[in-house]
Amino acid sequence: MSVREKEYRVDYLARVEGEGALYIKLRGNEVVDVKFKVFEPPRLFEAFLVGRMYYDAPDITARICGICPVAYEMSAIHAIENAFKLTVDPTIRSLRRLIYCGEWIESHMLHAFLLHAPDFLGYDDAIKMAKSHPDVVKKALKVKKIGNEIVATIGGREVHPVSACVGGFYRAPSKRTLLEMRGGLEEGMRLTEELLDWVAGLEFPDFEQDYEFVALRHPDEYPMNEGRIVSNKGLDISVEQYEDFFVEEQVPHSNALHSYIKGRGAYMVGPLSRINLNSDKLHDRTKEALSRTGFKTPCRNPFMSIIARVAETLYAFEEALRIIGEYSEPSRPRVEPVVRAGRGCGCTEAPRGILYHRYDLDGEGRILSAKIVPPTSQNQKSIEEDLRAIAPDLIKLPHSQAVWRFEQAIRNYDPCISCATHFLRLEIERE
Amino acid sequence: MVRRKPKIAVYKFASCDGCQLSVLDLEDELLSIAENFEIAYFLEASRAVVKGPYDIGLVEGSITTPHDAELIKEIRKNCKVLITIGACATAGGIQALRNWRGSAEFMKYVYATPEYIETLDKSTPISDHVPVDFELRGCPINKYQLLEVMSAFLAGRAPNIPNQSVCVECKLRGTVCIVVAQGVPCLGPVTHAGCGAICPAYGRGCYGCYGPKESLNTNALMKRFLELGRSREEVVMSFRLFNAWAPGFREVEAKP
Repeated sequence: MSVREKEYRVDYLARVEGEGALYIKLRGNEVVDVKFKVFEPPRLFEAFLVGRMYYDAPDITARICGICPVAYEMSAIHAIENAFKLTVDPTIRSLRRLIYCGEWIESHMLHAFLLHAPDFLGYDDAIKMAKSHPDVVKKALKVKKIGNEIVATIGGREVHPVSACVGGFYRAPSKRTLLEMRGGLEEGMRLTEELLDWVAGLEFPDFEQDYEFVALRHPDEYPMNEGRIVSNKGLDISVEQYEDFFVEEQVPHSNALHSYIKGRGAYMVGPLSRINLNSDKLHDRTKEALSRTGFKTPCRNPFMSIIARVAETLYAFEEALRIIGEYSEPSRPRVEPVVRAGRGCGCTEAPRGILYHRYDLDGEGRILSAKIVPPTSQNQKSIEEDLRAIAPDLIKLPHSQAVWRFEQAIRNYDPCISCATHFLRLEIERE
Repeated sequence: MVRRKPKIAVYKFASCDGCQLSVLDLEDELLSIAENFEIAYFLEASRAVVKGPYDIGLVEGSITTPHDAELIKEIRKNCKVLITIGACATAGGIQALRNWRGSAEFMKYVYATPEYIETLDKSTPISDHVPVDFELRGCPINKYQLLEVMSAFLAGRAPNIPNQSVCVECKLRGTVCIVVAQGVPCLGPVTHAGCGAICPAYGRGCYGCYGPKESLNTNALMKRFLELGRSREEVVMSFRLFNAWAPGFREVEAKP
C-alpha cells in the first residue's frame, strides 16, 4: 500500500512585507520538505553601494525597507562612524533613540494589529476585524500614528526620513517641538497599556521550541543602537566579531540568504529575543503592565511574540517621554567626520531584530565593499524549523485551517521579505 | 440606487513596500477608505482576494525579472485604471543603478551562486511595459497626494497634483534658499514638487526623490554645483539615486 502524500502551498503569502511563499510536503505523518521561499526580486543593494560616498549609505539603505527605514539609517550610520572612529554627543545619541522609539511604535502596531492579530481571531484582515472589534483597531491606528509622528518630527517624514546623517542630524528639533508631542505620547502610552491587556487575552497555540535567542545587550538600557551581541546559550561577542560567529548561505529556493551561527545552526532575533534577554532593562510601567498579564520570560512560544511587540511599544513610549523630558537642544546638530580609510561595522535593533552593516571605505570615504544582514534572513532557518515542528499537529486539521495556521506561524516573525531580498509564497504538499 | 463600490487592487514589484505602506499610514482615513472602496486585492494587508477585473490598480515597484514583465501585462488587462505609485514604478527606482553596469556584475557581489536567480539586465518603470493612466511620484510617495488621486477617481475628476519644482514648495513653506544663503548644493530647482520641500527645511539639499520636473535645466544647475566646489563625479552621483533612470536625470553624465 502506498503512503499518502499531502502538500500544502500558499503561492503569495499575505500580510507580510514583500513577496514570499510556503511549501510543505508530508508523506504519511512525516514531514519530508519545508520551504519558506522568498521570491521577491533581488535588488542588489550591496552591489550598487560600491563606489558611492559614505554619506549616501544611510539614504540608500533606507530604501531597502519602507517599514523600518530608521533601522537601516541607524545601522549604516553607526558602521561608518565606527570606521571613522567618531563619537557623537550624548544628546545626539538620545535623539537617535527617540526616532528609533517612533519606528518601533509604528512598526510594532502595524504588525501586531493590522497583520498578526486577525490570525488569532480568524479574520482575513484588520478591516474585517474592525467590524467586530472597532475599539481595538482604532486604538492601534491611533498609537501607530503617534509613532509615525515621532519619526516625522525628528526625521521630516515617516517613510524614509531625511534628517539622520553620519555624525548626527542635519537639524536637531527644538525642545518646544518635542514638548508639543508629550500629550500625544502620554495618551499613546495609556492606549498601549489597554492594547497589551487585550493581546495577552488572546488564545495561544500550545507550542514551544528550545530556541537560541539572539539580541543586543547594553549595561544601562534596553537595547536599540548599541550593545554586545548575546544569546541565551552563551554567545557574548562584540559587534566587530559578528562575521566570525554568524554565516550567511545561499539556498536554491530563496532569493534571501539564510544565516546561521557557526557550529550551532538556527537562531531567533526580534522582540521575543530582546525581551527574553533584556526584561530587566524595561522601565517600571512596562514591567508592571507585563506582570499583570502573567507574561513571563523566558517565553519560548513564538505565537506570543505579539505580546512582546506590544510590551516593547509601551516601553518605547516610556523611553520617548524620558528622553523628551531630559532633552536640551544641542549646540551643534552633528559632528563633522574626519574621513579615513578602514572597515566599520554597526549593529542595531530593528523592530524585527538585529540588523548588521559592514563597510570598507577608502581614504576619500568611497565605499569599497558593503555587507548587510537583515533580521528576516537571520530568522529564516527558525521559521522553517517551526513549520517542520508544527506540521505533525496541523495535518489533523482541515486543509484550509492548516494552511492558515502555517501562515500564522510565519507571521509570528513579522518577516520582512522586502528586507530579506527583499515577500513570501506558501505551498504545502502532502504525499 | 446603491452605487457599487469601486474595486481597488494593490500590486508590488521590486521595491521597499514603503509606498503601499503609505495606504496603511493613512491612519485617520483608512477605515473610511475601506467604506468607499472595496479593497479587493492587497496582499500586504489582507489574505482575502476578490476576483478582478478591478476599477483601480495601484502598482508599486519596478520590473526587474522576466516573470514580472509578463505579470504586469496581465495586471493591465485586469485594471480599468492603472496608477503607478512611487519612484520604483514610475522611474525604475534605486535598483535601476544596475542599468549602467548590467545585473550580472552586480549579482556576484550579493549571491555566491547567481545562476539560482533570474533577473533582467535593467530595472525599468511600469510605463516601459504597459500604458499607465497616472504616475504618482516620490520616494516615498506623499500619502496625502495618494488620497487626492483616489478621491479624484471617486469624484470622476482629474487629480490636483502640481507639477512645479521643489523651489516653489520652499517658498510656500517660507524656507530661505539654502543654495543662495548657505552654498549647499540642492536639486530643488530640477526636482518635481510633492514632498513639501522637507530637506531644505531640515538644513540639507534636496536629493531629488520626486524625480525630474518637466522642462528642467540640469546643465545650469551642474555648473552652479561645480562653482560651489563639487567634483563632476559627485554631481553626477547626486542624480544617480532613486530616480536615476528617469529621462532628464538619466542623461547627466560624467563627461560633458
